[in-house]
Amino acid sequence: MTATDLDLGHLSDDAAPDIMLSVNNIEVVYSDVILVLRGLSLEVPRGKVVALLGANGAGKSTTLKSISGLLKTEDGEVTEGEIVFDGERIDGIDPDKIVRKGIFQVMEGRRIVADMTPIENLRLGAFTRTDKGNIQADMDMVFEYFPRLRERTGLAGYLSGGEQQMLAIGRALMARPKLILMDEPSMGLSPLLVQEVFSIIRKLNEDLGITILLVEQNAKMALGVASFGYIMEQGKIVLDGSAAELMDNEDVKEFYLGGGSEERKSFKNLKSFKRRKRWL
Amino acid sequence: MSFTARDIPFTILCVAMLGALVWMFFLNPLLAAQLSINGLVIGALYGVVAMCFVLIYKASQIVNFAQGEFLLVGAWVCWFLLTDLQLPFFWGFLFTLVFMTLFGIALQVIVLRPMIGEPIISVIMVTIGLSIFFQALMKWMFGVFVQPFPPIFETSTVNLFGIMPVQTAYLFSLVLSLVVMLGFAWFFKFSRMGLAMRATAFDQQVAQSLGISIKVVFAISWAIAAVVSALAGVTVGIVNGVSSELSFYGIKVFPAVIVGGLDSIVGSIIGGLIIGLLEGMAQFYDSEILNFGNLITVAPFYVLVIILMIKPYGLFGTRDIERV
Repeated sequence: MTATDLDLGHLSDDAAPDIMLSVNNIEVVYSDVILVLRGLSLEVPRGKVVALLGANGAGKSTTLKSISGLLKTEDGEVTEGEIVFDGERIDGIDPDKIVRKGIFQVMEGRRIVADMTPIENLRLGAFTRTDKGNIQADMDMVFEYFPRLRERTGLAGYLSGGEQQMLAIGRALMARPKLILMDEPSMGLSPLLVQEVFSIIRKLNEDLGITILLVEQNAKMALGVASFGYIMEQGKIVLDGSAAELMDNEDVKEFYLGGGSEERKSFKNLKSFKRRKRWL
Repeated sequence: MSFTARDIPFTILCVAMLGALVWMFFLNPLLAAQLSINGLVIGALYGVVAMCFVLIYKASQIVNFAQGEFLLVGAWVCWFLLTDLQLPFFWGFLFTLVFMTLFGIALQVIVLRPMIGEPIISVIMVTIGLSIFFQALMKWMFGVFVQPFPPIFETSTVNLFGIMPVQTAYLFSLVLSLVVMLGFAWFFKFSRMGLAMRATAFDQQVAQSLGISIKVVFAISWAIAAVVSALAGVTVGIVNGVSSELSFYGIKVFPAVIVGGLDSIVGSIIGGLIIGLLEGMAQFYDSEILNFGNLITVAPFYVLVIILMIKPYGLFGTRDIERV
């Protein structure tokens, strides 16, 4: 797996990849005073899975929300820089218009509509669709990916966490997006379910060709499916590279993947702290 | 759902109400039946107006104090079309509905859309302002006197089961209320926009993430509220004539929604029916025994106070409503 990922990474680097989304040097301010992102740039090539990693509070979710426009609903604003999707500037546009352009965010914590049935949730996902005829076919496709949702006829609020996550992903599929922004799909799931969710993410990318920007705490799983990764700290990208490069990086190993060499726990702590400071 | 000590006051209230209802039929069955039916018909109208109120509340958390003025404006417009322009009832009614749709949308777009993002209390104040404004505007345009509708139905009363005279307009209103309720049920269960409105009521951010424009949802909810209230306004106008009294329905909605639960559409209908029936009972006991002369006007508000004391979430409301 690592070998293929490495190749893919190099291929896309060499052959001037087709960039679907590019975020150029954006600055994001909440409530006119709280500066959260300062000069963040990233690129998502078409048809790839890109992972965005970082600690809590680094600004990962804010990055996704500024792409999907949901920032507006939280009194946030992109004050500098630009976000370009398929050659079109999308920063500052209302979120519902961005969904129509083909970007769909699966928000953190699933956020399914608890007092509706799974089928109603899926129909909501297709809200922006104009091709009414294909909606039923897509719903069948979602049920093929997530067979257990078909049996759930009660309210979606009573589904288990894993089922809710699958419903949230299924709901995104119903919109037929070009790009899915996924915010911590593994949150609150058992290790087995995390694996299932990630294998589904991989399948979506391979079968349907959907481009995915994945925000995760679980760096190992995320880099496992992604071809490229960015690492954020305090509102900035501090490191980027192909998934394989990041997996091999000493700092990433220590801070995000766990492990690293044992002796670091003693006096060399200081050294790695310095290295960490350099990132900031 | 086990029975606890907290349920005792509410149970006593229910038993007392049912007792009063049954006793009424022992005292004077014909009058009791008459008043109950009238009460339920009026109650259905309350329910319909309450439904509109809840619709706006659910979609945008706005308590709409101008709900009664929707009835007033709708009834006056319809009256104007029927008397001054001499349109036949069908067309006059239809044009009224079209006008009220545009009225509701315009109100939302011009007055309330700029208020999105402001504290809810400011928006509620604006609705109070709207209420005063339209009260005054209607008085200025159409005068302060009660104006009767031209006769619309050939026979003014029909005999139900051969013995009970019921006004035709009441039957018309009952059918209309039922159609509106079924329409609502269909709309929220099966239509794309209905689902979008439910999603918006559940969580505005989620709705936006699904590509739903909450501005459009708000505009539609105001349009629906205006149209459906106008239906009720016209119906009441046919029975009692049009005057600024009509806006009192907007106040009557409060007991109905409090009984039903502020955020429940089904609750608002049931609350409306209960309040209507209660008015019928108040009228009965007032005329037969008590002779206060105005119990019918105050009874719903006594119930409002009692319900707020013993069951503040109403029959169907969600308990965490104040966290919304």
